[in-house]
Amino acid sequence: MEALTLPAQAASIELDDVTLAWRGRSAVRNVSGRFLPGCMTAIVGPNGAGKSTLIKGIMGVLHPSAGRVVVHGACTHELGWLPQAGELDRGFPITVLELVAMGAWRRNGAWRGLDDEELARAHEALAQVGMRATERRLVGTLSGGQLQRVLFARLLMQDARVLLLDEPFSAVDSHTTDELIQLLCDWHGQGRSVIAVLHDLEVVREYFPQTLLLSGEVVAWGDTDTVLTRENLKRARRLRDESPL
Amino acid sequence: MTLWDVLVSPFLDYGFMRRALAGAWALAAGAAPLGVFLVLRRMSLMGDAMSHAILPGVAAGFLLAGLSLPAMMLGGVFTGLAVALLAGLVARLTPLREDASFAAFYLISLGLGVLLVSLRGSNVDLLHVLFGTVLGLNDDALLLVTASATVTLVALALVYRLLIAECLDPGFLRAAGGGGSLAHMGFLALVVLNLVAGFQVLGTLMVVGMMMLPAASARFWMASAAGQIALAVVIGAVASWVGLLLSYHLNVPASPAIILSAGAAYLVSVAVGPHGGLAHVLRRRRLPGARGW
Repeated sequence: MEALTLPAQAASIELDDVTLAWRGRSAVRNVSGRFLPGCMTAIVGPNGAGKSTLIKGIMGVLHPSAGRVVVHGACTHELGWLPQAGELDRGFPITVLELVAMGAWRRNGAWRGLDDEELARAHEALAQVGMRATERRLVGTLSGGQLQRVLFARLLMQDARVLLLDEPFSAVDSHTTDELIQLLCDWHGQGRSVIAVLHDLEVVREYFPQTLLLSGEVVAWGDTDTVLTRENLKRARRLRDESPL
Repeated sequence: MTLWDVLVSPFLDYGFMRRALAGAWALAAGAAPLGVFLVLRRMSLMGDAMSHAILPGVAAGFLLAGLSLPAMMLGGVFTGLAVALLAGLVARLTPLREDASFAAFYLISLGLGVLLVSLRGSNVDLLHVLFGTVLGLNDDALLLVTASATVTLVALALVYRLLIAECLDPGFLRAAGGGGSLAHMGFLALVVLNLVAGFQVLGTLMVVGMMMLPAASARFWMASAAGQIALAVVIGAVASWVGLLLSYHLNVPASPAIILSAGAAYLVSVAVGPHGGLAHVLRRRRLPGARGW
């Protein structure tokens, strides 16, 4: 079985005065900065801070109303994205293996089927998240934690240089969270960039060296211990409370 | 009277019965797979809305050119696509959701269609448009419905994965390179095409039954989307056959008989289908320990 390959060249993401609107209002304003190659950065902030909107902007799903997102060393479609679990239609009749195989979309497109090599990749990805035995099960029969593992396998299948994850540990028990965090650390250790929207500040402090604290605008961006200070968190909450609905 | 006489002889003895069966089978082959996608996309009422949306176009074609199939078809395709585009536009530009927007436009279309037919036609003409003339299919109508089924099946094969990805995880598809909006619009165009092609067979109101009832039934028997599509076509074909026989032997209108046969298949599926059918659900509830935590 062929192991998943490590991308030869790391990619970085530059945000140049980016403003993004979501459902008619500016959710993210004037964000500038750079996610460096091989970074492991958490995006944190209060509810409604624009974290998911920023991820969608980087992925090209939302277009900036001002400024620009530049991906150096890769095209936008080469970024791996784990959307929030709620965005997936869990009632759809698709098997675990078929869902993971979607990760090969960039390589295979809409018409080509899975060849032996891609099938081996999908099996390997499922094995890495401990879900190899469930490949024939329908996605709708999985628990929240199992589904998240399978979505991690799809992310792995994308074999991307930069991985963007939107609340990857929501509705997941602590044991599964620990295992998935270990996977993220492994991927980061292979040279991939990991950017994740997170709520648990303890997880951020323990595993993520860099943090972007967002509250409609950038409150702080840099080393985690200098970003997650009492003053910055207080300022983020105040900005959220003051922002127009 | 033997079983052969009851089930097969009417189709061997009468050309109009054979033509009716061929038309209904072609309709089932094209419309039922689209119905499966409408069910999967939670857009089951979209088919109903679109069947009303094509009415003013069909009526305008009828008003201008009489019972001319090309004129009525062009009119139907035009108004069906116009309503789909306008409803989508209103949903994107205003807070109104797409289902409400569709409902508003199809009700306007229905009123307009009935008004147009009433301007020149008789009640018989209106009934012809609303309920079809499956027992009087001419060559043009038969060619139209078989061509529509062929185009539909080829187009569905081309956009199958795009549609599956668009249904399952539209955000992922957008991030992976898109194509979802194109697939969605192509899909709506196929729905309109089948409704227009089918109005001659079953009528504008009944044709949506051939689209939705086999699809909703298949969902209770098959787990996979591909399985549901195949079974929906089979159910549609069997319902056509049974409905035409009921019409022949009991001297009842063919179009409603076909739809009621599909309706019977749906009720049986709801009752005993292994994937969520009532009997299955009740049996699981009675099993000791089935509730668990």
